[in-house]
Amino acid sequence: MFVFVMSFFVYLLLSWSGSMSVQEVTIAFFLSVAVVLVASSSSRPGFWSLTKLDPRRWWLFLRYVFGPFAVGLAQANWDVAKRVITGEINPGIVKFDPGLKTDMGRMMLANSITLTPGTLTVDIDDNGVFYIHAINLTSSTPTEQDICGSFGQWTRRIAG
Amino acid sequence: MILGLFVGLLLLVSLFFNCLGVVSLYRFPDVYTRMHGATKCSTFGTLFSVFGLLLYSFVRFMAEGERRFLVLFIHVVIGGVVLLISNPAGAHALARAAHRSGILPEPAVVDALEEADKSKKEVAA
Repeated sequence: MFVFVMSFFVYLLLSWSGSMSVQEVTIAFFLSVAVVLVASSSSRPGFWSLTKLDPRRWWLFLRYVFGPFAVGLAQANWDVAKRVITGEINPGIVKFDPGLKTDMGRMMLANSITLTPGTLTVDIDDNGVFYIHAINLTSSTPTEQDICGSFGQWTRRIAG
Repeated sequence: MILGLFVGLLLLVSLFFNCLGVVSLYRFPDVYTRMHGATKCSTFGTLFSVFGLLLYSFVRFMAEGERRFLVLFIHVVIGGVVLLISNPAGAHALARAAHRSGILPEPAVVDALEEADKSKKEVAA
């Protein structure tokens, strides 16, 4: 249902150019049905359940994206920009367990980590242990704070 | 006039980060570190050009009320959101595929994933 609503409205927003016609709504409807069929056959049951539409979580999510995430993104970008110029790198793959239970939470944290320059999620095993390639390691067993700052706490609050 | 200055500034920042992304492709030694440079610098660079377009279309819409600027605004918002979702997904898929097909990070302090794979194979054997 969530997928249907999202794809329906995104299609309408994309095709909207000042006026709306019946044809467009019809096309949007059929395309959304197709998207739902693909999404539901290729994702685990319950992944798109309606609890993700809880407005409190959306509010937290928005605060996270525009607050600590944006700050972390800017800092890390600056850091990697300097490393590109100086060529000073110390790479390696480390693992850490953020303790996230849900797929949605894992996806959010993994995407946050990958989007932040200097860290890249290479793999997640079945128990939710993250394997992260970092461009500058200070130790071979870094704490969560070293890798992703406060992202872990935020994603645990938002999606558990 | 001022609008043009601001948008130009944002586009310059975006150009700077995109150039750094290209430079990093040549400077970094292996596939993983190159991926850092390529995906990250271009994300930040592209985000700035998205901000520039948003600012431009928003101010023009407010000043002139023409609908095409609102349409542009909406399209750029959707483009930005899709970029923020698809970029890390693609980078993660590439990195995972690279590691699975046996390309190891060349200068690496530690490789926990390789150790985990080895111990798994020993258990299986």
